[in-house]
Amino acid sequence: MDIIINISGALCLFIGSFLCISGAIGILRFPDFYTRMHAVGVTDTLGAGMILIGLMFYSPDFLTFSKLVMILLLTLLIGPTTSHVLAKAAMKNGLMPELAKTDHDKNKDKEINSSNS
Amino acid sequence: MLIAATLAIFIAMILAIVRGIVGPTLYDRILAVNMFGTKTVLLISLLGFVMGRPEFLDIAIVYALINFISVIGILRYSDTNELKHLSHDKKSLEKEP
Amino acid sequence: MINIVLLTLLVVVAFAIIRMKDLFAVIMLLGIYGLLSASFFVAMDAVDVAFTEAAVGAGISTLLMLVVITMTGRSERTTRHKPLLALLVIIFTGALLIYGTLDMPYFSSADAPIHSHVTPRYINDSMEEIGIPNIVTSVLASYRAFDTFGEVVVIFTAGIGVLALLSVVRHPENNNKITTVNDAMHEQYLIIRIVTKILLPFILLFALYVQFHGDFGPGGGFQAGVIFAAAIILYAMLFGLNTARKVINQSFVQLIAAIGVLLYGCVGVVSLLNGGNFFDYNVLSDDPVTGQHLGILLIEWGVGCTVASVMIIIFFSFAGRREIQLHNKNVSDKDQESSL
Repeated sequence: MDIIINISGALCLFIGSFLCISGAIGILRFPDFYTRMHAVGVTDTLGAGMILIGLMFYSPDFLTFSKLVMILLLTLLIGPTTSHVLAKAAMKNGLMPELAKTDHDKNKDKEINSSNS
Repeated sequence: MLIAATLAIFIAMILAIVRGIVGPTLYDRILAVNMFGTKTVLLISLLGFVMGRPEFLDIAIVYALINFISVIGILRYSDTNELKHLSHDKKSLEKEP
Repeated sequence: MINIVLLTLLVVVAFAIIRMKDLFAVIMLLGIYGLLSASFFVAMDAVDVAFTEAAVGAGISTLLMLVVITMTGRSERTTRHKPLLALLVIIFTGALLIYGTLDMPYFSSADAPIHSHVTPRYINDSMEEIGIPNIVTSVLASYRAFDTFGEVVVIFTAGIGVLALLSVVRHPENNNKITTVNDAMHEQYLIIRIVTKILLPFILLFALYVQFHGDFGPGGGFQAGVIFAAAIILYAMLFGLNTARKVINQSFVQLIAAIGVLLYGCVGVVSLLNGGNFFDYNVLSDDPVTGQHLGILLIEWGVGCTVASVMIIIFFSFAGRREIQLHNKNVSDKDQESSL
């Protein structure tokens, strides 16, 4: 029983760390804001969730376990909300995705970049 | 495995900092800060288990809440229409470091 | 190993902060800086400090600086003069400081002065004398209660200073117009309103947990007050300042700030009247340990009340100024349109 718990915890931690690193590479390498946000979305929900679930397997008592569950619920509630608001604010202030740009938009985008950065 | 996961979180944090420093637009920076906050929550929880003191999890909860509040705050006050008006047309002086 | 990585990251972020010209990006990097230094404190096993840094450095100071920056504009003024003299002074002072560290005991050496003076007494005797598992709280609230009183008075003074400089005379007939300006976030973001409504009771409850759990784990009045204030500020940011003013009356908050300091001071005076020293809680009750518990509970309440209300006061003052600025801008825009 003990070994099953240990192995499953390690597996969850491994998947979580893999997702975290891939998402971090994504935030560095992807071309524009919206694709980067996709990468962060994956890391923030699934990666963090997997690591927290993996830690739950290791937790020694019930209090630690319940605190981990609380952190997991908070992450699942907060992550998507901030992503949604961020995307909405970016869209509202005229930041266009890379693919949807025409030449006119690109000029406009430069303006936004220079005023935002 | 716990230590390997801690290292992975460290790498993710470093990459997020790079994006936060480089990030061409304001929203990239907000995104990097948000991701950094989540990674810090994970790092604190993992450190608690690595060091054998799981009561560190209180701090992780505070981080999750504070992260949410500060991202909302940044978004609330980054409404560009107001700021353009208040920043006295200094755009020509701004340049990317 | 972890410490070295975190310290390197801190230095990198600090240099990036210096190089940045856009103040908004600077504030975001300061948030990252706060989170990093808090992780550093956790790695050094200083949990209470990490708690405070998380709540104050990464949370509330970011919010307060954001409110300030909306009034001052977001780009740094470019300096024309060459700061050569200042640079020389800084290099000289820094070299002296580094020279001073050469005489310090090595990191984590057991016979350093700080480990041989009063610390053994705190570690060995605080459980019997005060009866609280968290030594940091017993040092902060009982052995060093006078210092903490000073800190609370400093925070209170800061609140009074902000009020004296920024308190505004409100014109009641203009209220409706100001409300329409300020509620922009409120109308557009439905999802975030609902999520915030779900989270707010949880945050307030967690602040109370931190307040009362300070005896047993990391936490205490300072952190709890800051978290409480952050929840109120979140509400004020999303639902408009006027709605928040209806929920929390500003003069009531000012009263609470004063009451917190008074409560703290009165505990000291009562212990003086009962025949002990100032802040000697042993005489508060028949049993010394019970007296210590009672004293620590009361002064933590005083600290929490003062910190929370001062933070709320600072936010309200700055946001109120910004509200009036926006209102004046709108009025002048309308005047221009009508003149055209």
